[in-house]
Parts: sequence; structure tokens; C-alpha cells
Amino acid sequence: MNVIYILWLRQVKRFFRAKSRIVGAVGQPLLFLLALGYGLGAVYQRAGQGNYLEFLVPGIMAQTVLFSAMFYGAMIMFDKQFGFLKETLVAPVSRLRIMLGGALGGATTAVIQGMLVFFISLVIGFRPQNWLAVLTTLVILSLLAISIACFSSGIGSFVEDMQGFQAINQFLVFPLYFLSGALYPLDHVPAWLRIVAEFNPMSYAVDAMRDTLIGQTHFGLAKDFIVLLVTTIVLMGFGAYRFRHIEA
Amino acid sequence: MSKEPIIRLEHVTKKFGTVTAVNDVSFETRRGELFALLGPNGAGKSTTIKMLTTLVKPTSGTLTLAGHNVTKAQDKARKSFGIVFQDPSVDGELTAYENMELHAVLYSLSRKTARPRIEALLRLVELWNRRDTPVKNFSGGMKRRLEIARGLLHHPHVLFLDEPTLGLDTQTRNLLWDYVQKMRREENMTVFFTTHYLEEAEANADRIGIIDHGELIALGSTKELTKQTKTTNLEQAYLALTGKTVRDEEVGPHEAWRARQRARTMR
Ligand SMILES: Nc1ncnc2c1ncn2[C@@H]1O[C@H](COP(=O)(O)OP(=O)(O)OP(=O)(O)O)[C@@H](O)[C@H]1O
Ligand SMILES: [Mg+2]
Repeated sequence: MNVIYILWLRQVKRFFRAKSRIVGAVGQPLLFLLALGYGLGAVYQRAGQGNYLEFLVPGIMAQTVLFSAMFYGAMIMFDKQFGFLKETLVAPVSRLRIMLGGALGGATTAVIQGMLVFFISLVIGFRPQNWLAVLTTLVILSLLAISIACFSSGIGSFVEDMQGFQAINQFLVFPLYFLSGALYPLDHVPAWLRIVAEFNPMSYAVDAMRDTLIGQTHFGLAKDFIVLLVTTIVLMGFGAYRFRHIEA
Repeated sequence: MSKEPIIRLEHVTKKFGTVTAVNDVSFETRRGELFALLGPNGAGKSTTIKMLTTLVKPTSGTLTLAGHNVTKAQDKARKSFGIVFQDPSVDGELTAYENMELHAVLYSLSRKTARPRIEALLRLVELWNRRDTPVKNFSGGMKRRLEIARGLLHHPHVLFLDEPTLGLDTQTRNLLWDYVQKMRREENMTVFFTTHYLEEAEANADRIGIIDHGELIALGSTKELTKQTKTTNLEQAYLALTGKTVRDEEVGPHEAWRARQRARTMR
């Protein structure tokens, strides 16, 4: 058996054993979906934009993956505090493989949560434009999840406590999310916001999802994919680099 | 017991900012020996073990483990030792068996060789019947036993034990030493340990090093140390060497931080 595989498996097992985590992880996005989807649905329709719930579902799926993959960094901090990290750091394996195994595990659980949100949306009436889109969606969510999990590995390597981690969430992850077009179309926003969104990789993940699932796009799927791939490579590099300097 | 050194420290110094945790320490440990490193709180015992086990890089000096330079040939050095840290390092969400299995993969043991070894070791530490219990439900003593079994899994040449018996009852402490002695005889392993229970060192160690304020101040068997200090047992010798004043029991800032975090997360 392989080191990456066993560390991946560890994350997946831990996820399925913590039932409360699954409920919590899906609860928040569901609240967004219901409150915003039904709350703003009528206004959105009156403005001539069509079905808001349909527009929102891809954004909320991306949100779920963003925040759960980000949470993986907190798991690294817990591993530091509870000592398990030392077990891996004294083992004759490269830091890169340790980082990748855990991050892929964290990414997998994030994708599972994103797909849970998808299935719940099916129940409340969401329909993708075709069923093949589900596969493409999986690819997009995986890219997003892997890049964010690698990023949060890097963060978890040097942030010392939960407060520090919350600060990163407040000042980096929330803005990434709210300024990404996950909740509103980027076609009619003020110029400053459009420019910010264009520099935000999250916008491209959301856009790619929306294109595949409901056929609406702002940037075009090809550009979305290129940006996502580049982001994944850069953040993987960041995670690997930071993790090399981790101290137990 | 052969005379060939398996652990060698040459002029090893470790500084954390302005704190000198280990100061120009040199000594050797023979193959098959049971070696105790004693010293007051904050003396530099854990730091020495962390340097030997590649977790912390020395500021200067050379450490050699089973013939491998610890800083230059990290992976070879890492293959040669097993360790039980001062603080627990098992994954509480996983079962005892899963913790062992994960360790086997980290040390690239094949499943076929790992299985019987895991069973034998879990039986040795009397946890085989509890192998499918999540470790978070284990008592402190059970966790320690598991960590010892795990440290032995990949047939290390050297087993490091940093205060392995801290907080354990007398029965468990005796049991632990029985396991360690048994494995050491069977596999000709070297054991390097620290403890604050001097009677444990007196009963088990072949040789003892005493470190204080980061400096090695004495080295020898219990007999040699008592002779040197004209005392009758190790505890008296130890007190004669290190003095009777209490150390400021200040734990390292890092350890203190971690303890705080743990308390906070548990709440
Ligand atoms: N990561 C660190 N950063 C800063 N100082 C440290 C760090 N680790 C240890 N120290 C300091 O180095 C000194 C030696 O600490 P060490 O943990 O090696 O002592 P010890 O002999 O194991 O003590 P104890 O018996 O309490 O476990 C202490 O003064 C400690 O505060
Ligand atoms: Mg210590």
C-alpha cells in the first residue's frame, strides 16, 4: 500500500466517522440555498433574469467545496496539537507525499460535501441541463477542492491557532467567495467589482460549474479551465513549499 | 553487547533564539545498550531526542545514528529508529489496528509482513482484544502501550522513549519495562530513554547520562555514578550532581502553547 493512499484514507475515514461534521458541513450551504434562493427568487425573476434558485445552485456547491477544503488546514493544526503530525514527520517519507496524501483526502471529503448539496438541490427541484454535466461538474469541483486543500495545507503549516485560522477565513476566504459571482451574475455589476472578480480564481470555478450545469457563462468554459488548472498548480506549489518547513 | 557505538553526538549544540537548550554535548551509546538520559525539567532531554530523530536540526555539531548522519542522510536515519514521544502522537479517531497499519505503510512494510507483526505486538502489549476500538476511548496507559507497540513495528535498531512512563500506575510501568526488555533481548535493540523516575533508570539502564542546563555533567553506570559522588543509590548521586534547588518549571514556550491549545480544543 502506498503512503499517499493511506493518508488519503485516513482523512476519508475520519470524515465518515464524524457524523456531526457532515451535518454541519451541509447545513450552512443549505441555509444559503433556501434563504437566498427563495428569498430573492421573486425579485430576480421580476428583473428578468430567470430562475434564481437554478442560478444559485452551482455557486453554493462551489461555496461548500471552498469552505470544506479550507477546513482541511484546521485539521493539520489539530494534528500538530494532538501530536499525530510528529508520527508522520519522523517517518522515512517525503514531506511532499505527506502533504499530498492529506490534501487529497481533504479534497475528497470536500467534493463529497459539494455533491451532497447537489443531491439536495435535486430534491428541491433543480435539474442540470443534461446528466453528462454531472461528470464535468465532478472534475471542476475536484480541481477546486485540490487547489484549496493544498492552499490550506500551506496555511495550516504555519498558522499557530484557531484564531489565526479564522482571521485567514475572514480576510481571505470570505472575500474570495462573496466577490466571485457565486451569488449574483457578473454581467451587470459595477466595473470595480467586475475587475476584482476577474482576478479571483473562485469566479472561474463558479462560472465553469454554471456553464456545465445550466449553460450560463461569463468567461467561457475554456478560459475557466485554464485559470483553474493554473491556480491548482500554483497552490500545490505553495502548499508543498510551506509544508516542507512545518515543525511539529 | 558489542562496543560499536550506535548513537554518537559530537559537540552538539541547539539554540532556540537566545535559549541554549543543548550546549556542546558529546557522547556515545553502544549497540544493544539501555541508555538513560536524566536531568531536571528543561535540561534539554527532549531537544536531544528531537535532534536525534530529525524533528529539530542542531545549530552545530554532528549526530550519527546507526552509521547515518542524521542531518545529511535523514531517510536512512529515520528508518533505523522507533520513537515514543513525550506527548501522545496516535490518531484518536482511528482504531488501534488502523494506527498500526498506517505506521506499517509509512515504513513501507508489505501487508503480508505487517499483519503477523501487528498481531504479535498488539498481543504483547495486551491490546489485541481492543484492536478495533477507536484510540480516543483508550486510557493513558493503553495509549502508551499502543505507542510502544507502534514504535517497535518496523524492527528499529534504536527505540527512543521520552518519559514513556509519565503518569502511569506502577503496574503499567512495570509491564512497559517488561515489554521493552523482552523486545530488546529478542531483537538486539538499543533503547534510549528519559525519565524522572530515578528508580526506573537504576533498575533498567546499563548506563546513564545526566544533563543539566543543556550540558552533559556525568556519564556512567549507576555503580560508577554512586562511586564518583560517594553516595549509595542513583537518586542520591543524581541530587549530588544536579543540586537540590528546584528548576523554574517553565516548559518550553512551544510545549506550553500546545498544552493551552489542547485544553481549549477539548472544552
Ligand atoms: N521549540 C522550542 N522553542 C523555544 N524553546 C524551546 C523549544 N523547545 C524547547 N525549548 C527550550 O529548550 C529547553 C530544553 O527543553 P527540553 O524540552 O529539551 O527539556 P527537557 O529536558 O525535555 O525537560 P522536561 O523534563 O520538562 O521534559 C527549555 O528551556 C525549553 O524552554
Ligand atoms: Mg522533555
